[in-house]
Amino acid sequence: MSDYNFAYLDEQTKRMIRRAILKGLAVPGYQVPFASREMPMPYGWGTGGVQVTAACLVPEDRLKVIDQGADDTTNAVSIRKFFARTAGVATTAHTAEASVIQTRHRIPEVPLSEDQILVYQVPIPEPLRFLEPRETETRRMHALEDYGLMHVKLYEDIARHGAIATAYAYPVRVEGRYVMDPSPIPKFDNPKLSMAAIQLFGAGREQRIYALPPYCDVVSLDFDDFPFDPSKADAPCALCGATHTYLDEVITDDAGGRMFVCSDTDYCAGRQAAGEAAP
Amino acid sequence: MYVAVKGGERAIDNAHAWLAEERRGDVGVAELGVAQIREQLALAVNRVMAEGSLYDPDLAALAIKQARGDLIEAVFLIRAYRTTLPRFGASRPVDTDAMRCDRRISATFKDLPGGQVLGPTFDYTHRLLDFALMAEGEAPMAPRAPVTGEAVPHVMALLDREGLIQQEPATGTTPPDLTREPMELPADRALRLQALTRGDEGFVLGLAYSTQRGYGRTHAFVGELRIGAVTVEMDIPELGFAITLGEVVLTECETVNQFAGSKTEPPQFTRGYGLVFGQSERKAISMSLVDRALRWRELGEDDEGVPAQDEEFVLMHADNVQATGFLEHIKLPHYVDFQSELELIRKLRRTAQAETQEAAE
Repeated sequence: MSDYNFAYLDEQTKRMIRRAILKGLAVPGYQVPFASREMPMPYGWGTGGVQVTAACLVPEDRLKVIDQGADDTTNAVSIRKFFARTAGVATTAHTAEASVIQTRHRIPEVPLSEDQILVYQVPIPEPLRFLEPRETETRRMHALEDYGLMHVKLYEDIARHGAIATAYAYPVRVEGRYVMDPSPIPKFDNPKLSMAAIQLFGAGREQRIYALPPYCDVVSLDFDDFPFDPSKADAPCALCGATHTYLDEVITDDAGGRMFVCSDTDYCAGRQAAGEAAP
Repeated sequence: MYVAVKGGERAIDNAHAWLAEERRGDVGVAELGVAQIREQLALAVNRVMAEGSLYDPDLAALAIKQARGDLIEAVFLIRAYRTTLPRFGASRPVDTDAMRCDRRISATFKDLPGGQVLGPTFDYTHRLLDFALMAEGEAPMAPRAPVTGEAVPHVMALLDREGLIQQEPATGTTPPDLTREPMELPADRALRLQALTRGDEGFVLGLAYSTQRGYGRTHAFVGELRIGAVTVEMDIPELGFAITLGEVVLTECETVNQFAGSKTEPPQFTRGYGLVFGQSERKAISMSLVDRALRWRELGEDDEGVPAQDEEFVLMHADNVQATGFLEHIKLPHYVDFQSELELIRKLRRTAQAETQEAAE
């Protein structure tokens, strides 16, 4: 791949993306427009995350890519391979060993450290989008901190269903200012959004980058009498016995048989190797 | 016992190998050459160049071959290649007045300077399958006539002499480049035209059609449609003059639309404009209708609330590479989100059932 620059993007483009990242870190939760490039993979398949990762990578990095918490899902394999080819960086499946982690839909179970960067792939960066389809209008709402519509939506959920009916991409408020979409992670992961690592969010098709600096204050929206409830399947992992991890439900037969296993495959494998087993 | 599925990498490699074999098809049939696609599927090549925003018939033909004839996939290949190219400058505006026209028609005048030239068009063909094409070896020859060299002035310029058509003052500003800057709304006309010319032909056609059927009617007449080659020139600062880079074939459509006027200005016709790479007539006409519909604000018309007038709706959804990527991404695993929804709906149902039971007891 010597025809392409390190990590595929040319240096001018990387500089433009790095500026957007720095602006995002300076204004946590604010969506920074950036001139997203066409990547050699489709829009909607992680092009935003890929561009952010490309702008962050240095040759010494060790990259981990997960999708749905797993390193071996097809799109994670494809993106990891892309950077192994175009940047020649080392890759790993072990969360603790990675310096940059690109993720889709999950936050790893192991707490991240200050020397790590977590890059999210974001489909729709605008938390207000399904309440107001116009970008011109939602930008105005953010500018004016006009978030009444979001609270009305959450209230209507409670009125109709008795609970807030958002299970993933659960909206958060960052540093008491911007309402932000944490990307479609399950709400189980929301409490981890205040962390030691830098978190960067890239939406390629929608041309937006936003960020959470380390130890940023991130609060999931709720009401005093209907507090936020991070939920998961009420079962232990069938492979490692963990009761504190997010679980995938696996259908095992056509007679209602099912089992629950950790969605974070590296975490689960680590526990199994350490001798933890299902009860 | 369940074990986490491994082997995504091998599966991907095998899928790619199978795809390559399918692309070639029956090896008993001669392989399609890129030059054959370029020469014999020229309109597909034109569409890929237009929506790929890269004028290179050979690369577009290659993309079509590689994409097994899926034109949106071919557009995507061209876009992904284009974005890696350095942008070293902008050409001078092309002079479509000096176009060497293969085709030039006006629907608004019976005859005009330069004449009506039908050119290579499907327009009056009877759409009957020509089974003779199933046999190989034919090489039809059209009759020829000497080039007259007569000037082919724009119809709009003829109307402009009488002051009948609204003026488009030159702004002198450099148009924005939506491949280098994030799209900011509201967009000026240059940016809108840029988005439309690389927009999906089907999408732009559908929008244009909707204006004809009453969703934002603008009474369009095809003032002129011309297809032909124009010269591309670029100023080279080091040289101090412009040099010719080459030529491109373009389709240009100008529509004459319902007039506007006010107490201070007498009524004038208004314009819609379409300009597309290659012979892409349907697209150019569609583009000019949508352009005109989007101009409601600057022409002081009412917002009728129709899709073709809605700049944000049109510009944010016209790009087929964006659209198809996002649409098709729902094939990717979403089981983590789905699990979260499953837990929620089970919990809501448990609560609802408990309440029903309580009420019954």
